[in-house]
Amino acid sequence: MPDKCNTGVRLLQGNESCAEAALLAGVRFFAGYPITPSTEIAEILSERLPQVGGKFIQMEDEIASMAAIVGASLAGLKVMTATSGPGFSLKQENIGFASFTEVPCVVVNVQRTGPSTGLPTSPAQGDLQQARWGTHGDHPIVALYPSSVSETFDLTVKAVSISERLRVPVILLMDEVIAHMRERVVIPCASDVVAENRPRPQMPPAEYLPYLADPDGVPPMADFGSGYRWHVTGLYHDETGFPTSSPAKVDYLIRRLHAKVESRVKEITFTASEFIDDAKTAVVACGFTARSARCAVRVARERGIKAGIFQPKTIWPFPDALIEDIASRVDRIIVPEMNMGQLVREVQRASNGKCEVVGYSRVDGEPIAPEEILARIEGV
Amino acid sequence: MAREIDGYLRSRFLPHIWCPGCGHGIILNAVLRAIARLDLDNDDVCVVSGIGCASRAPGYIDFNTVHTTHGRAIAFATGIKIAKPDLHVIVLTGDGDASAIGGNHLIHAARRNMGITVVCMNNSIYGMTSGQYSPMTPSGRYATTAPYGNIERNFDLCELVRACGANYVARATTAHARQLSTYIEHAIETPGFAFVEAPTQCPTYFGRKNKMGGPVEMIEWFKKNSVTMAAAAKLDPAELAGKIVIGELYRGNAPEYTELYAKVMERAKEAAGK
Ligand SMILES: Cc1ncc(C[n+]2csc(CCOP(=O)(O)OP(=O)(O)O)c2C)c(N)n1
Ligand code: SF4
Repeated sequence: MPDKCNTGVRLLQGNESCAEAALLAGVRFFAGYPITPSTEIAEILSERLPQVGGKFIQMEDEIASMAAIVGASLAGLKVMTATSGPGFSLKQENIGFASFTEVPCVVVNVQRTGPSTGLPTSPAQGDLQQARWGTHGDHPIVALYPSSVSETFDLTVKAVSISERLRVPVILLMDEVIAHMRERVVIPCASDVVAENRPRPQMPPAEYLPYLADPDGVPPMADFGSGYRWHVTGLYHDETGFPTSSPAKVDYLIRRLHAKVESRVKEITFTASEFIDDAKTAVVACGFTARSARCAVRVARERGIKAGIFQPKTIWPFPDALIEDIASRVDRIIVPEMNMGQLVREVQRASNGKCEVVGYSRVDGEPIAPEEILARIEGV
Repeated sequence: MAREIDGYLRSRFLPHIWCPGCGHGIILNAVLRAIARLDLDNDDVCVVSGIGCASRAPGYIDFNTVHTTHGRAIAFATGIKIAKPDLHVIVLTGDGDASAIGGNHLIHAARRNMGITVVCMNNSIYGMTSGQYSPMTPSGRYATTAPYGNIERNFDLCELVRACGANYVARATTAHARQLSTYIEHAIETPGFAFVEAPTQCPTYFGRKNKMGGPVEMIEWFKKNSVTMAAAAKLDPAELAGKIVIGELYRGNAPEYTELYAKVMERAKEAAGK
């Protein structure tokens, strides 16, 4: 089987790791438009997808790519698109559509500096808030954020699973440094990768109500062309899928969409931490910056400083409870990030005044080095 | 024996939201008659639209239907067609939806020869947002955002998609409902990108702004100002100006996209097997 030939210990770029994981998780359609630093994902999938019975198309722009993956998902395929910076902005309207119509899809955003064209090949972490609030309206969203090539593999599989299971778009935020860095990854056999599928209807077609949620808040989803007929609209809709403006139904729908994600926060929150249990100073960092922070914390410990690191891998929904718990135990939280303060804002909010929270921004297109974080741990 | 079109209607949602005298219902009827003559099963058809009065059409018909974002119907349809090439994917779209915000998707779907049928319900105006000018508003006509007369030239959408590589191009107005339905039938049968432009009346905005009278007068206007291809060939450009040329304007037989991609999949599997 061609999809097995990449199994084993491999030296891969983050982008390659993402593409291989998508295939193993069952992604069978990719639509995209080239943009640095995400392009390798499209290049690899253009070659690999047709080998495993999947399909690839290079669309005319990012808006079209997002639309095409939603269409293919409605027709029953697991789908993905990948982009960077400006392309992510263009996708937003249709990400909102996917979130509102509950169409599973994974959107990879390998971040680059911004606003605008920025520094096309330099790293930045400036899209944290865009991942959450990029599209208009009160939409639910899930976003995962790896800090290594091997985490990229794991989180890509999880992104597909969560997206399918909850019928929600999942954003995989990546850093340019990880997208282009080569590291060891152990690629499992296809049979060892457990990726979930969307719930499908068990009732006969005549009884199918496309937006009647199961008790877990997620309605079963029928593939177009499978004998179940349904209507999909970006207007407020009731359980039949047809438009409604009844205040009660409008209110119910938006609350259900939020609740289906919020009720599973524990299940879909992935984190990593080191030395956090007895820490007096905690560093909260994600993506590539978490690696520098880990290194800084280890050196601090060698120097006898009680520092620890907490890395949210699930960035949305934000792990409020975990952060509050840390805040109640430490004196200070330091939040280094490659933007003007998008993560520190959340950490401040979540820590509820229980400790001092200080940010550290680097916004010159260069990654944050361990020494910079160490200086903050030691200095203040 | 062709089917009855009632079997394709979600009659519980009728009456529809369109204004009295709007041409969108005539076009929808032509679409359903075409599908009925082709004897297509409800489950084998998927109808996609963008946003606009025209784009509300899928809500009333009993297929897998998607009411997407403004201008993006063809891009959504592209994903559906690639995922399930056996589905008959039909896009029902307004002129603003298809040619302004969605113009890029229109030309690229035609260029790829993607196997979908696009029916453009061209009322020469933005109906849903209440009468602004569209890329299909003829020069000199009035709209809420062209209070001194439109100075822009409008597209010939049929020429446009033909030049991009569509396999089937036709045009008929709401005054020619039978031809329109026949053309839509042929469009659905055509492998590859098929485009049918249906000039239609919006008495509420285009008609009123341009003092064209009610729906009856507007349909009379279509009758008077339409010429067949054969008749058009005999007219000089001055005589042809402002006339609507109707007929099956082009048929091609370039290979359809998803068929070509099936070959890509074979080549990729062979290459991977080696
Ligand atoms: C991104 C975006 N921009 C603008 C709109 C507002 N809008 C809704 S329908 C429409 C025009 C519809 O005109 P047309 O496609 O010609 O269809 P008609 O209503 O005339 O049938 C516009 C501009 C929108 N919904 N989304
Ligand atoms: S506004 Fe015009 S296009 Fe819209 S429903 Fe009314 S008549 Fe039809």
